[in-house]
Amino acid sequence: MALFTVPHIEVKGVSACVPPTVDRNRESRILSDEEKEKLIASIGVEEKRVADVATCTSDLCCTAAERLLAELGWRRDDIEILIFVSQSPDYILPATACILQDRLGLSQECYAADISLGCSGWVYGLSTIASIMSAGKMKKGLLLVGDTTTKLGSSKDKTYEPLFGDAGTATALSYYEGYRGLTFHTATDGSGKDAIIIPDGGYRNMVNSKSLSLENSGGGILRNRLHCRLEGMDVFSFAITKAPKSVRKVLESVDIEKEAVDYYLFHQANLMLNETIVKKLKLDPEQVPYSIREFGNTSSATIPLTMVTELKESLRTRHLKMIGCGFGVGLSWATVYFETENIVCPDLIEYKHE
Amino acid sequence: MELKEFIENFKEVFDDEELTGINGDTFFKELDVWSSLSALSLIAMVDENYDVSITGNDIRKADTIEDLFALVQSKKNV
Repeated sequence: MALFTVPHIEVKGVSACVPPTVDRNRESRILSDEEKEKLIASIGVEEKRVADVATCTSDLCCTAAERLLAELGWRRDDIEILIFVSQSPDYILPATACILQDRLGLSQECYAADISLGCSGWVYGLSTIASIMSAGKMKKGLLLVGDTTTKLGSSKDKTYEPLFGDAGTATALSYYEGYRGLTFHTATDGSGKDAIIIPDGGYRNMVNSKSLSLENSGGGILRNRLHCRLEGMDVFSFAITKAPKSVRKVLESVDIEKEAVDYYLFHQANLMLNETIVKKLKLDPEQVPYSIREFGNTSSATIPLTMVTELKESLRTRHLKMIGCGFGVGLSWATVYFETENIVCPDLIEYKHE
Repeated sequence: MELKEFIENFKEVFDDEELTGINGDTFFKELDVWSSLSALSLIAMVDENYDVSITGNDIRKADTIEDLFALVQSKKNV
C-alpha cells in the first residue's frame, strides 16, 4: 500500500494567482433561471475566474511563484527542483517545467519535470517533490500547480461549464534535517479512465477530421471530441467511497485524532460531493474551509487556492496541523498530513498581462 | 432491508418536493423532479443508509424503484 512518510521536508509558503475575469453562474446563458438556482445550491459554485485566450496555466503559476519568492526572500540559485502539475500545459512538448525554469531565472542545475494529473495533482506533486528533495538533500523546491480548466471543456456543456474555473498556484518547500516531514497515502484506479476524459488530441486518438464536430449528447450537453467529458455519477460514487477511506488511513498512520487536525483541505469538486465526504468523516464544519463558491473547481489548484483564500491569516500566524485530500481524473486520489508554522502566504493575486 | 423503508429513503432524496403515489413499480427517471443532480443524491443516500456504492451504469440500467432496491440488496449480500 502506498502509505509513506517523507522526512526532513517542510512547506514554507503558498501563493495563488487567478485571472481577473469573473464568470457568474447566475448570468449563465446555457441555464434556465430555475436550473441556475438548483445547480448553484447543489454544486455550490456562484462564480469562477476565466482565463482569456492569451493566458496559460504557466502564466498564472509563474506570477504566483514570483510573488512567493519575493516574499520569502529566496535566492533563485538555491532552488534545486521545480515540478509543474497540470493538464493544461503550454505545449504538447517541451515540458512546461523547462520553460518555467527559464522564465523564473532558476539555475540550469535545477531538476524540472511535468506531472499530468488533475484533482489529485497537488497532493501527488507534493509527494514527488518532497521525496526527491528528501533523498537528494535539496535545500529548496517549487511546486507549481494549476489548470485553465475552462479551456478544456465545452462552453455549451451544462455538466461541465458551470462547475469549473481557472487558477495557478505555487508551493515552496525546504529541507530541514530532522523535521517530521509529510505523510502520504496515494492510490489509483485506471479502470475508471473514462469517467473524466478528453477522447481525441493525444496519440491514442490523434486529432482528425471528426475531432471538431459538435455532438449533442442530450441533457444540455453539446461538445466535440477535444472537449473534456465528465461522468458525474461515476466520479461522485468513486469520490464518496475512496476519499474518506484515504483520509482515515493517513490519520491512523500518523496516529492523530480527527478532532486534533486544524483544517481538512479537500479538493473542491462540488459542494454536494464534498459535504457527503465531510458527513461520512463526521468532521466539524469549522475544520473544513471552502473556496468553491467564488472560484469553482480549479482542478489541481483547489487545495492551495483554498489555503490562500480561506486560511491566509492562520497560515501566517499559527502552527497548523492539516490534511489535504485530492480525488478525481485518472481515477487518482491521494491524502497528505502536514504541519506548517507561520508560513509565507501572500494575498490572492489577480493576473495582469505583462 | 425492506422495500417500504427503501421507498421512504428514496423520497428523502427529493427533500423539498412533494412526492405522492410512489411505489416499487414507479419509473423513477420519468418523475418530474428527477434530474442528473438527484442521481447524485441517490448515490449518496444509498451509500449512507446501506453502505453500498452504486455507479452511473447501475442507475442507467435500473428502471423502477424496485430495480434499485434489488440492486442494492444484491450488492449488500456480496
